[in-house]
Amino acid sequence: MTTALTPSRRQFLTGAAAIAVAFSVGTGVAEADAGDGLVRIDDTAGEADQSWLVLTEDAITVYSGKVELGTGVQTSLTQIVVEELRLRVGDVRYVQGDTLLSVSQGGTTGSKSIQNGGVQLRQAAATAYGELRRRAAAALHVDADKLSAADGVFRAKGRTVSYAALLRTGSSVLPLDAAEPVLAPRDYKVVGTSQPRVDLPGKLDATFAFLHDIVPAGTLHGRVVRPPGRNSRNPVIGNLDRAQAVEGFVDVVQHDRFIGVVAATEWAAARAAAPDTGITVTWSDGPALIPQADLPTALRDPANHYATVVEIDDGVDPLFAQADTVLAAQYFTPFQMHATMGASTAVADVRSQPDPVTGIQATIWSGTQNVTALRGAIAGLLGLKPAAVRVIYEESSGCYGHDGVDDCAADAALLSQAVGAPVRVQWRRQDEHGWEPYGGAQAHDMKGVLGKHGITAWSHLIYAPTANSRPSAGNPGTLLAGALKGLLPDPLPASSVDTSGRNAPITYDIPQHVEARLIKSFETTGPASAAPVAPLTYRIPRTTALRSLGGFSNSFANESFFDELAHAGGHDPLRLRISSLPDPRAVKVCTALLQVWDHRPRGGDGVGAGVAFHQYEVVNAYVASYAEVHIDATTGKVQVDRVVVAHDCGLVINPDGLRNQIEGNVVQGISRTLKEEVQYTGDGITSLVWQSGTPGAFYDVIRFNEVPRIETILVDRPDQPPLGAGEPTIGTIGGAIANAVFAATGIRVRELPITPDKLLGGTS
Amino acid sequence: MPTRTVRLNGKTVQADYESAGSDSSPSSEQLLYWLRNRQGQHGPRFGCGIAQCGACTVLLDGAATRSCVRQMHTVPDQADIRTLDGLTDGAEPHPLQRAFVSLQAAQCGFCVNGMVMGSLGWLESRIAAGNQAVPTEQEIKDFLSGAAPDNTRNYLCRCGTHTRIVAAIRTAAKEMLG
Repeated sequence: MTTALTPSRRQFLTGAAAIAVAFSVGTGVAEADAGDGLVRIDDTAGEADQSWLVLTEDAITVYSGKVELGTGVQTSLTQIVVEELRLRVGDVRYVQGDTLLSVSQGGTTGSKSIQNGGVQLRQAAATAYGELRRRAAAALHVDADKLSAADGVFRAKGRTVSYAALLRTGSSVLPLDAAEPVLAPRDYKVVGTSQPRVDLPGKLDATFAFLHDIVPAGTLHGRVVRPPGRNSRNPVIGNLDRAQAVEGFVDVVQHDRFIGVVAATEWAAARAAAPDTGITVTWSDGPALIPQADLPTALRDPANHYATVVEIDDGVDPLFAQADTVLAAQYFTPFQMHATMGASTAVADVRSQPDPVTGIQATIWSGTQNVTALRGAIAGLLGLKPAAVRVIYEESSGCYGHDGVDDCAADAALLSQAVGAPVRVQWRRQDEHGWEPYGGAQAHDMKGVLGKHGITAWSHLIYAPTANSRPSAGNPGTLLAGALKGLLPDPLPASSVDTSGRNAPITYDIPQHVEARLIKSFETTGPASAAPVAPLTYRIPRTTALRSLGGFSNSFANESFFDELAHAGGHDPLRLRISSLPDPRAVKVCTALLQVWDHRPRGGDGVGAGVAFHQYEVVNAYVASYAEVHIDATTGKVQVDRVVVAHDCGLVINPDGLRNQIEGNVVQGISRTLKEEVQYTGDGITSLVWQSGTPGAFYDVIRFNEVPRIETILVDRPDQPPLGAGEPTIGTIGGAIANAVFAATGIRVRELPITPDKLLGGTS
Repeated sequence: MPTRTVRLNGKTVQADYESAGSDSSPSSEQLLYWLRNRQGQHGPRFGCGIAQCGACTVLLDGAATRSCVRQMHTVPDQADIRTLDGLTDGAEPHPLQRAFVSLQAAQCGFCVNGMVMGSLGWLESRIAAGNQAVPTEQEIKDFLSGAAPDNTRNYLCRCGTHTRIVAAIRTAAKEMLG
């Protein structure tokens, strides 16, 4: 009944009869083959990159590359599908992120699941509904426009026919029909309502299987042994006999600087990998990173730059030259981590031969944001063709960007290949904190000119490492295991636009110059070269996409500096924003805060309020945030007491789900503003745990009794396209808090995190 | 290999556990691994392995316990262990489970095992001690922050679902005390 999958084809057998709609970008050609009574869909594109909506009488299934990352997006996408199909949430199931079954729509990143994936899904559902309606019209002998549908049944002139009966009448494989009409927002019944999350009941009674719960039969357990520093070299393994004596020990695997241990049980693997009870590894020291304390200076040092990117040049030089006064300030934000709750894990099953039917030789279970890219990278790492690798997405703990999950999958793949059995790798917390790819430190040089009515010229020069650690489909060296194995990562990206430079431009009606200096993450082949030299030698910790990328740091700098200019010119900071914004939707979220702003604490005496605004990625969701703080005069500790967020992301799919995302952005934003900084000395990360009872480095995040009251004002715009909401708010939080701290104390803190020492030692 | 017999969610179960070391300094497999890998429990989760986040919390003889650092040789035979997996009573969810779902008090949901099982142990011990008061919002926050007189262990949530979690625990506490 099945035919062999060739590397360039995907198939699924859908049941007796079906309507299948192909959507998303790509050139896949779909074929129906109902000769054996089953629908077979072959996607013959070389890189399978279609997603599918498949209706059978048994189930409605979305095969989608967009994955649930713990944000509730699966529920919201379901609402979009069932709306067009006139069904209810619960009638649709998902097959997510499996390179054998569904690929792509790009990765699940950048708050684009609803914005792009949702719009595609809506049209796919409308296409399927159109086909159902045509069949219903034929079955009931009425014009299609006389039909109504609800609960899986079409009705016309007192007669009915069910979707199931219509689906039994034959099979159709359809391309997405962009001309098929979609429902008008005023007719929505499911979209725009607070549907409960489909996944939460199972997460509250432990029946939901996280990635961490996937343990195929015969799986062994792995632990990795990392170097003490980023540039440590020449490992020598000692005490091997002690590890070998651990009951259940299987093997120690070494590829240059990659070292891992495999055992029959988790405890045995942990003991064989621990220096007290198992192997010990001695290393020679490598070059130190740029010292942490020097970062604000070093990021500005041309010796550390490989490129300059002028993002926007409105010709502001004459404006600065003619100005009586140019105001300037410098800002800085440190390396910060995703710090996912569950230390990364992965399972890999790498066989010595490909499966004769599927051609699959390696199967990887991962919480990756991009199954396709990870498949390619791991294929290269293992010396296999991408088509021989299957990557299956399983939900992990919330990631907030690209964290350790891809690298952990590569670890599992190498260990499984070495021992010839499935291996589950569980990173320790210290592996996650010490080796996940971080959000980059950034420095900012701001300049501005004030006129009679506001700001008349603006310049923002950013110094930022690029996001350069996501798996590269064509190069295993970008994976941590690949680099430790001695491979070189891809050359550093050529541009900052919308990555480290995300939200560096402002959307105020002010002429601006935005320029980025891109920082060398590692030694390169020349002063202006982005290409690594061997052996790979890091200058700074490896960096990647952390929630909103540069948007958090850039908007902190922009919105703090805007506040400085507003105060310098004697303007009300919120009203100056309103009068400087040309877009009515931007104005609307700011004016939504006026009432609370006009009743704010008057400032001084350690109590104050601040506001910040940005439009995510300059063209997407609009957010204005208000923060109220008080500062303990003795300890200098900042407590945020109240946050109000006004948010416009177009059509709201699920108001409560949206509020939950906004609240999460606020809480994580406060944590990053007040507490979080990756610590290192030499070339080794020292903030390896959440807390420490004794003096020493740690990466503490916000606690329950530090979380303020949070209020959200949703500006619903049913006639506007839905925009992503996973990241827009976090970028406003740093500026709002820093501006509130200034209002409370008169101290302008320009470096995050705003720790007590900066306030006790500061001057107003 | 030594064996441990416990009451797990009301049922007697028995399994080996790994051990090493000497009589004077014994060491053994952690309770978390034993529950997950030998008893098929998925509620307690490996978050940090160093008792700093709470994701592995179970009730051991009624006390909230970080199972990731609790070694099996220190778990007494006949101990009573409760996990999230066993919290539903038949088909009836516990008030805490119901409140977390009704208030949508999770995003990724990885950490909620800790808040549910930790606050369950806390609320039950308060009630057992004769305290019939519904804890205030501040008391719940301090409990979850490890800043309460009866709890010094912090519970971490990274998604930022804190306000909903506090509200869910308070809602459930009202029901448990009602």
